[in-house]
Amino acid sequence: MELWELTLQQMIGQLNSRCISSAELAESVYEHTEKTDKAVKAFITLADKDKIMEQARLCDTEAFRGIKGIPYGLKDIFCTRGLKTTCASHILDNFIPPYNATVVNKLNEQQGIILGKLNMDEFAMGSSTEQSAFFPTHNPWDLERVPGGSSGGSAAAVAAGEIPFSLGTDTGGSIRQPAAYCGVVGLKPTYGRVSRWGVIAFASSLDQVGVFSKTVTDCAIVMNIIAGHDPLDSTSVNIERPDYTRFLNADIKGLRIGVPKEYFQQGIQAGVKEEVKKALKFYESSGALVEEISLPHTEYALPAYYLVAPAEASANLARFDGVRYGWRNTGKDNILDMYSHTRAEGFGDEVKRRIMLGTYALSSGYYDAYYLKALKVRTLIYQDFMKAFENLDVIISPTTPSTAFKIGEQIGDPLTLYLNDILTVPVNMAGLPGISIPCGLSDGLPVGMQIIGKAFDEGTILKTAYAFEQNSGFHIKLPHPEVI
Amino acid sequence: MPLDKAAVEHVALLARLNLSETEKTEFARQLSSILGYVDKLQELNTDQVRPLVNILSANNVLRDDEERPRPLSREELLANGPSVEAAQFKVPKIL
Repeated sequence: MELWELTLQQMIGQLNSRCISSAELAESVYEHTEKTDKAVKAFITLADKDKIMEQARLCDTEAFRGIKGIPYGLKDIFCTRGLKTTCASHILDNFIPPYNATVVNKLNEQQGIILGKLNMDEFAMGSSTEQSAFFPTHNPWDLERVPGGSSGGSAAAVAAGEIPFSLGTDTGGSIRQPAAYCGVVGLKPTYGRVSRWGVIAFASSLDQVGVFSKTVTDCAIVMNIIAGHDPLDSTSVNIERPDYTRFLNADIKGLRIGVPKEYFQQGIQAGVKEEVKKALKFYESSGALVEEISLPHTEYALPAYYLVAPAEASANLARFDGVRYGWRNTGKDNILDMYSHTRAEGFGDEVKRRIMLGTYALSSGYYDAYYLKALKVRTLIYQDFMKAFENLDVIISPTTPSTAFKIGEQIGDPLTLYLNDILTVPVNMAGLPGISIPCGLSDGLPVGMQIIGKAFDEGTILKTAYAFEQNSGFHIKLPHPEVI
Repeated sequence: MPLDKAAVEHVALLARLNLSETEKTEFARQLSSILGYVDKLQELNTDQVRPLVNILSANNVLRDDEERPRPLSREELLANGPSVEAAQFKVPKIL
């Protein structure tokens, strides 16, 4: 077994017992990534090899702690001091942040090594990573298919073994959907659980930072590092962070699982349904109580989301005006032309489309009919979940209606592409935590199972996921050998 | 409700986006289609429903009004400016 194939937990174990050195690990990881990423194209910016090796050798001179000397990746939406941060947009393609996001500082304190910045849909708007202003990322299970999005690079890099874990963000499914398509673990924590300071904002009432990893245990290890209150983010909640690894035991006798009937309608692929139903059988046979439930407003979540998210995005993206940072059209001699040409040339199509939609939904005369209406519907979606959770511990569904689609297949029609998020969006609308774990293969492509929990109860989600993982062994499967 | 070209031009001005003629036509079509889809929300009677503005029952977060150490220098803050002169961001004329 090559060192890059190890899980985060195994890397920690072997570095701690000095079976391997950080330099050996970094060498293996870097060589593998350089080779593999020619086909996968997960990285926008890969750190310089000499710098990585220098950091790793320095780690070897001191006692091991935390994740010292372990390489990881960041979606290119996290500000990294001195390291280019583009959000996969031309408008930021020369932006070098003067500070780190809080989560990056937390990982740095544990002495992890940033291998690079990962590809995404521009400003996290998309479900396939085809909306990156630079290039599409390829799914390691089938290079002709998308890795999902918007955190597609973060998912593909972990699936291809380029890094043991990465961070992404999830506004409507942008962690869980690519995790499902790439056959890795992807957790979106509760709104407020992880600091968003230094993370480029898309829709502030929905955005949350989360983890991609090879295993559920690795996810818990990373959550122990990144979760918790941050005085710099007033939406991060000041409550105690549990030790997430303590939830990882496979005894799920008596666990109450709800299965929403609405999540198995709406054009879900037969192969996807079948694999999730098999997983539910496993839970039943392990002593969990599985019952069908109803979340009656499910079908309204996506239309409400496509008003709330663009409205907030149109406000957040107003800051990209060519004045303080980023790209500017320098050919204009009055400020209004400078703004409108800079923004029109700096943003891609999908970003412009959502800014237009959001501006319209907030504009005078339409606010009540669109934005306010969507916020009221959001209350109904929230109440559906609250009522269901009165008698449940977790809710289980497929993560996505289908497995990964082909590159170019859905690019023509924005509305069709939005339907990919139909099973993940309601969770963001209610601010709840959700994880996607691989639960099987359909025609050779990974199927994701979504486990939704109560607010701030990531522990029960991880426990539920861990029990399945220990039984299925799916987490040790690797994508197509030709790719890696 | 379908969005015509004049409406698209108005929204583009509000959003500070200089759209091409092709984009105007394309966005009118695509945004009309998306707005047609979100009109589904009108099926629900929400007269008695309060809007969900914040998912956390968050209170205002306050701190004492004390001076804090400045983590970044002026040079660092100006370093990304597309046009900087005399320690200020320079823009085309406003008046």
